Amino acid sequence: MTTDTADSAEAVEAVGVAPAADPGFLQRYGAAIEYILIPGAALIGALATFGAFVALYGKNPLDLYFYMYQGAFGTWFSWQNTLTRAAPLILTALCTALPAQLGMVIIGGEGALLIGALTATSTALAMQWAPPLVVQIAMVVAGVIGGGLWITLSGALRQYRGVNETISSLLLVYIALAILNHLVEGVMRDPASLNKPSTREIGATNMIGTIPGTDVHWGLVFGLVCAIAAYILIYHTTFGFAARVAGGNIRAAKIVGLGVGKLIMTICFLAGACAGLAGMIEVAAVQGRTNANLAAGYGFTGILVAFLARQNPLAVIPVAILLGGISASGGLLQRRLGLPDASVLVLQGIIFVFVLASDALYGRIGFLKGKS
Amino acid sequence: MADSSIGLWTVPLAVLGGAIRVSTPFLFVSLGECITERSGRINLGLEGTLVMGAMSAYGISYLTGSPWLGVLAAGITGALLGALHAGICSLPRVNDVAVGIALMLFGIGLAFFLGKPLIEPTAPRLPAIDFGWWSDIPQVRAALRINVLFLIGVAIAPILYWAFKTTRWGLLIRTAGESSDAARAMGHSVLLIRLRATMVGGFLAGIGGSFLSLFYPGSWNEGLSSGQGITAVALVIFARWDPLLCLWASLAFGGAAALGPALQSVGVTSGYHLFNAAPYILTLAIMIITCSPKRTLTGAPAELSITR
Amino acid sequence: MDFSRISRRHLLQGGAALALGGTIGARAAHAAETTIGFIYVGSRDDYGYNQAHAQGAAALKKLPGIKVVEEEKVPETDAVEKTMESMINLDGSTLLFPTSFGYFNPHMIKIANKYPKIRFEHCGGLWTEKDPKNAGSYFGYIDEAQFISGIVAGYSTKSGKLGFVAAKPIPQVLRNINAFTLGAKLANPKATTQVIFTGDWSMPVKEAEATNSLIDQGVDVLTCHVDGPKTMVENAARRGAFVCGYHVNQSPLAPKAYLTGAEWNWEALYPKFLKMITSGESIPNFYRGGLKEEIVKCSPYGEAVSAEARKHADEMKAKLIAGEYTIFKGPILDNKGKTVIASGVDRGQKDPELEKMDYLIEGVIGATS
Repeated sequence: MTTDTADSAEAVEAVGVAPAADPGFLQRYGAAIEYILIPGAALIGALATFGAFVALYGKNPLDLYFYMYQGAFGTWFSWQNTLTRAAPLILTALCTALPAQLGMVIIGGEGALLIGALTATSTALAMQWAPPLVVQIAMVVAGVIGGGLWITLSGALRQYRGVNETISSLLLVYIALAILNHLVEGVMRDPASLNKPSTREIGATNMIGTIPGTDVHWGLVFGLVCAIAAYILIYHTTFGFAARVAGGNIRAAKIVGLGVGKLIMTICFLAGACAGLAGMIEVAAVQGRTNANLAAGYGFTGILVAFLARQNPLAVIPVAILLGGISASGGLLQRRLGLPDASVLVLQGIIFVFVLASDALYGRIGFLKGKS
Repeated sequence: MADSSIGLWTVPLAVLGGAIRVSTPFLFVSLGECITERSGRINLGLEGTLVMGAMSAYGISYLTGSPWLGVLAAGITGALLGALHAGICSLPRVNDVAVGIALMLFGIGLAFFLGKPLIEPTAPRLPAIDFGWWSDIPQVRAALRINVLFLIGVAIAPILYWAFKTTRWGLLIRTAGESSDAARAMGHSVLLIRLRATMVGGFLAGIGGSFLSLFYPGSWNEGLSSGQGITAVALVIFARWDPLLCLWASLAFGGAAALGPALQSVGVTSGYHLFNAAPYILTLAIMIITCSPKRTLTGAPAELSITR
Repeated sequence: MDFSRISRRHLLQGGAALALGGTIGARAAHAAETTIGFIYVGSRDDYGYNQAHAQGAAALKKLPGIKVVEEEKVPETDAVEKTMESMINLDGSTLLFPTSFGYFNPHMIKIANKYPKIRFEHCGGLWTEKDPKNAGSYFGYIDEAQFISGIVAGYSTKSGKLGFVAAKPIPQVLRNINAFTLGAKLANPKATTQVIFTGDWSMPVKEAEATNSLIDQGVDVLTCHVDGPKTMVENAARRGAFVCGYHVNQSPLAPKAYLTGAEWNWEALYPKFLKMITSGESIPNFYRGGLKEEIVKCSPYGEAVSAEARKHADEMKAKLIAGEYTIFKGPILDNKGKTVIASGVDRGQKDPELEKMDYLIEGVIGATS
């Protein structure tokens, strides 16, 4: 293992506080510039590699870049497509990024999303008498609690039983999916949902709809708010400071008297709450009910987003938009270039590899070190 | 035989057969991961390696007509992916868990991308050895039609156990996993040890993939591995990095996978989704029972990020 | 580089679609090219459900003046809404085929309401009067072909035990299981069909395990209803059982074991749809048909099928095509002994009750939940 506790502390520091004191532009903003320059270069490297790969497949890489741009950001329609796809990713990415502050690797956002969708749907179905706003608020609360508790389970298992949270959160994804299928094809099944077993619909009036003037549903706003709130929580509150200290060094945190258990449980709850909220939004803004369609992999792509954003809640936003754009342009790549759907996976994998490898560059770029 | 139906007895038989049929990929991936993790690194990308292995084995078997060349190709592909993982991880400050997830995506994506033309053709498959010749009961014979890869996997487990304990090679890997400083002090390159361990791990995982496409279920398609690679990585942790326990755990997983369909075939029809989730519930339950917050897991390599 | 030209052309095309805004009929008649979009839920080379549709799309590609755009592995979320819109806005498609059941509601309904000038043809859905008029649903009575498979299976089984590997207990699947069993009982009144549900549409390891479990129970002829039948076909054949295929013809996988199969015939239907559109005829919003309408077909008989079986199956096929035979004809009991179709009641293929089927008939071993 090359990255250990000390390294993650360093990473947190690099994100949080730029080395201050000395004057000089490069010196002062070196870390910030690095933080844009290095991922940017990694992205370009990844795109070039993918272009070469596609060229081997007999396609023109320039066409590839053009269609990727057109499909993701080329028109207002493409932008809306991208933002719609980014919305759930922001929330599921937070499910990985928040626990990462404590040095925990949670990869079970998909499970929390499914459970959040289930609890939100059940709540809406039980409250059909209530006015829409009340139902919607109740759904948010239910989704947050459902998803939150699901990941808290992983946190608790780690804290009180020493069960590795990466593995347990992953196993809980499969279990959540089995529970969802079991309920949707069993007691919660709407008898009228013939060939697609689903719960009853939450009702058109209870749907949360789209942002006026766009096609993008309100999930995007939920995502932005949560990401900003998470950023403030982590970098501008005592609680966040404590979490980062504990993430850097559990022993040190214990020495200064931080309740690590409480930190783990709270952060895990918040992380799961974000993914649960994503599930609630999928129900209330897109599907209108719960069925197996909800397991669309947003939770898994969210892990990728979180790592690419180097676990910074604010950076999650642009990265989610970038990946939303890639998946939005995937259709054009299939239709115009005849590339298989898996090209999006290949590209995501390459970008991920490049960005991770570029982690080695931080603090090593000559001209950014400044002359002292 | 008078009556081919043997009723309820088919459940334990099917579980036994399933344990043998389904466990092999688990076994190879978990043994491979065991080597990698013992050296102090975790490779979560073995799911991608498994799928890549399955695809390349099928492709090479189809092109050359020799399934064994396919197995070899799968192993080599796995080793290359392992080298890629180790190479990126040897850069400073790179997180191995994240690299694993990246390579999982990359491996799966590449396998699907390149594997499109391989879905329809039929490739030559690995032969089975009939160990049930002594029995008149077709169900027993079917359960005991065993592929040689399974036997190799079963043999590797104790060999690995012994090698970790007694050979210089095993000691080096364990040292790298327990304390990289100690390994360095002994004059060895930790990165090189880990590179080799990850490559061997990838090699075995690739072979596990070739079993999927060339023996059971025995064809290439995109749904072939439903998370078996990643489950196998989880399995190593609950097997406590012990190759022998990996063997038993793999068998248990294989059996659990056969449980759902077998129960349905004798009339236990409700809750099959929950039965299908049995392997995952089982793993979690065993982990909850056997782990303890008071101490690090016995057998856990100290350098491993995931057991911190 | 030539991409600026490409983009301009596409923009013009998109603009033309919006500006012209005529019916597809008019467009097909006047415009040089009609663009048709196909959306698949899985890989289009899956040797099963999606491949059957892709073969239909390929038949359209051969026609002059037709451009087909395809997207595979589109999940049943808002992603499919965006794919449909993208095909309309960026490719200028005027006719869309979203081919997975889960695309229908709410996704296709929503987009069809938003683009009233575009025609949507959905496979498998149940279009009703309250749904948009520019959308329609079509499907094939593939249970007719399964019924014929059942007859052949009934003659070919020695143990009298048939097996069915199914994904989920939904009406379309249950109808296939029941029709298969009714066919088998026609050939062999003692025949039973044992069913195992794997829980999802594509789970090769589970499908292989289900196949083995069924054969362990003495089953010697199998069929299935999952997205890719390849796993079942190959594993059953390897254990010496006979198989009936599904979705497309899988006989090359196991020529000796393959008896017959229930196949889609989208290659025939899709060009027919296009002809109806160009000739100004409207496609009924609720379009269904079976062997007679050539929406489904049976695979050619394998060498293992006896002359007697061939004769009986051909006879029944002719009767179905002539409309002289009803598969679901009362009295039919379910496997718990309850009457589900009363004596004297004929549930013809178009009977909406059949689309709601939630039972397994007498002779099927298994349960719907």
